[in-house]
Amino acid sequence: MIKFSDEKLKKVDEIVARYPQGKQKSALLPVLHLAQEEFGGWLSPETMDYVASLLKLEPIEVYEVATFYSMYNLKPVGRYMFEVCQTGPCMLRGSDQIIDYIKQKLSIGVGETTADGMFTLKTVECLGACGYAPMMQLGKYFREHLTPEKVDAIIEECRKNAAANN
Amino acid sequence: MGSRKLLLEKAHVEGIRGYDVYRREGGYRSVEKALKTMSPDQVTEEVKKSGLRGRGGAGFPTGMKWSFLAKPEGVPRYLVCNADESEPGTFKDRYLMEFLPHLLIEGLIVSSYALGSKSTYIYIRGEYAWIPDILEQAIAEAKNNGWLGKNILGTGFDCEIYVHRGAGAYICGEETALIESLEGKRGNPRIKPPFPAVRGVWDCPTVVNNVETLAAVVPIINEGGEAYSKIGVGKSTGTKLISACGNINKPGVFEIDMTISVEEFIYSDEYCGGIPNGKRLKACIPGGSSVPILPANLLLKTAKGETRIMNYESLSDGGFAKGSMMGSGGFIVLDEDQCVVRNTLTLARFYRHESCGQCSPCREGTGWMEKILKNIEYGKGKSSDIDLLWDIQRKIEGNTICPLGDAAAWPVAAAIRHFRDEFEWHVANPVESQHRNFGLAHYADPLEVATA
Repeated sequence: MIKFSDEKLKKVDEIVARYPQGKQKSALLPVLHLAQEEFGGWLSPETMDYVASLLKLEPIEVYEVATFYSMYNLKPVGRYMFEVCQTGPCMLRGSDQIIDYIKQKLSIGVGETTADGMFTLKTVECLGACGYAPMMQLGKYFREHLTPEKVDAIIEECRKNAAANN
Repeated sequence: MGSRKLLLEKAHVEGIRGYDVYRREGGYRSVEKALKTMSPDQVTEEVKKSGLRGRGGAGFPTGMKWSFLAKPEGVPRYLVCNADESEPGTFKDRYLMEFLPHLLIEGLIVSSYALGSKSTYIYIRGEYAWIPDILEQAIAEAKNNGWLGKNILGTGFDCEIYVHRGAGAYICGEETALIESLEGKRGNPRIKPPFPAVRGVWDCPTVVNNVETLAAVVPIINEGGEAYSKIGVGKSTGTKLISACGNINKPGVFEIDMTISVEEFIYSDEYCGGIPNGKRLKACIPGGSSVPILPANLLLKTAKGETRIMNYESLSDGGFAKGSMMGSGGFIVLDEDQCVVRNTLTLARFYRHESCGQCSPCREGTGWMEKILKNIEYGKGKSSDIDLLWDIQRKIEGNTICPLGDAAAWPVAAAIRHFRDEFEWHVANPVESQHRNFGLAHYADPLEVATA
């Protein structure tokens, strides 16, 4: 059975305390973010049920929210997810070529994960970095002004980090 | 003229992100002034006098919005800061929050005082995942220095600010969807009335304002509403942040006082710095992806032949037939090499992806538009498709609970209105259109060529 550490449970209490008494449902989005970070980068049915029990919600209340927002992953993803923006302003600055380059470099299609479970490629809609296009989200941060060389360096960096943390 | 700075003046001072430098540079003066020398209603009055209009896109007068807030006895009221910035082309709020977090916190404290909000929330888009840390640090510093918490400055006013992170949904920038999301639900917009000012978050009276709007309250209180209203022109008072992107030499966030011309904004080195590689201007979406795209000839001059200015009135001069909108200030420039069909396709895909699915015209219509545009772009279009597209966007506009439907319809309508020959060329040349773009055509020619 999955369970947050005591430290994370304290964090959950802190989040719930931001909202008026009895409105703990408001904590759902932030707690789902926390759960996704803690339990393998995606929200399994078990994880969602656990969050429901923590916040005293019906499981369906969690499922309907988890399926609405694009940042919650409903199936496992690679260790590093490249979320490349493809909306107008990024397209004008060459995002299509960057997506093609990543596909070729990693030999995967959009929505796919490399066989070693290391990288997932996802296309996303506008992330609010239009002036620094083309760009992608990688974990918590944005990687901007992408070029094929920069993509190579990012892939290299991820592989190094993974090796160092294994 | 044009370069007056009220918000970004101190953005480049070293260490301005931290409390000590921000305070040394005159930060939090507006909180002292408001809480110690003004009543909450006087603060609202100053904001009314300033003529400040909502900077998120709709441009509704902020002071008027505040004055609609219901104040029943014993019921809490809430201020919610809309930091869900998601309109393609717009990245100005991110800039403010990243580089001047204390300016936003200061504006939030003064605004919370005016509205009587003791718990104020910043709803920030989930993808800006590193910014909550910056804001929470600023909040903690403000609290440690007595600007937040209980009995602020000994005035008896209590206030806390919390950051609430969304999880990826453009629709949550619509204020009632944002409220639903803050309540831990799907971001489905509510039917209005009741308006949030009467029944908002947790059924309590609520005001939702954009980041830039709330930051602008700081100079308004410091300088006075009247002084603020004298900057700019007509009903476009004060300064506006413009986030410029696309085919320009200097993409970025610029603060303008709404008196400069569009031409100067694009070509001056102080702003966009012109178009790279000596290319010519083809078109521009001046206020975020939802507003009508304009060909160069209608962008630089209005249909009456007057110089078009970067402000609310001038950008909308000519209505949708021959004008556009200021919107959120997301300024997207297209050079002569860009394909209007492809650009429109990416925007249609965006709106299909972001439709919440509540209203059939939007849920179904956005999917249809994307599909048809894809056919045209990839050489599988029929000539009847262009009329079909026109027909679908007409059936979405005005027929949905929230403005996302309109926002999805307008870019398609404007692209067909001004660039119909480019769509027709795609349909007539399915092979050629796969390896070259239509080019500039007559869009930069004198005005009489492209109207209608």
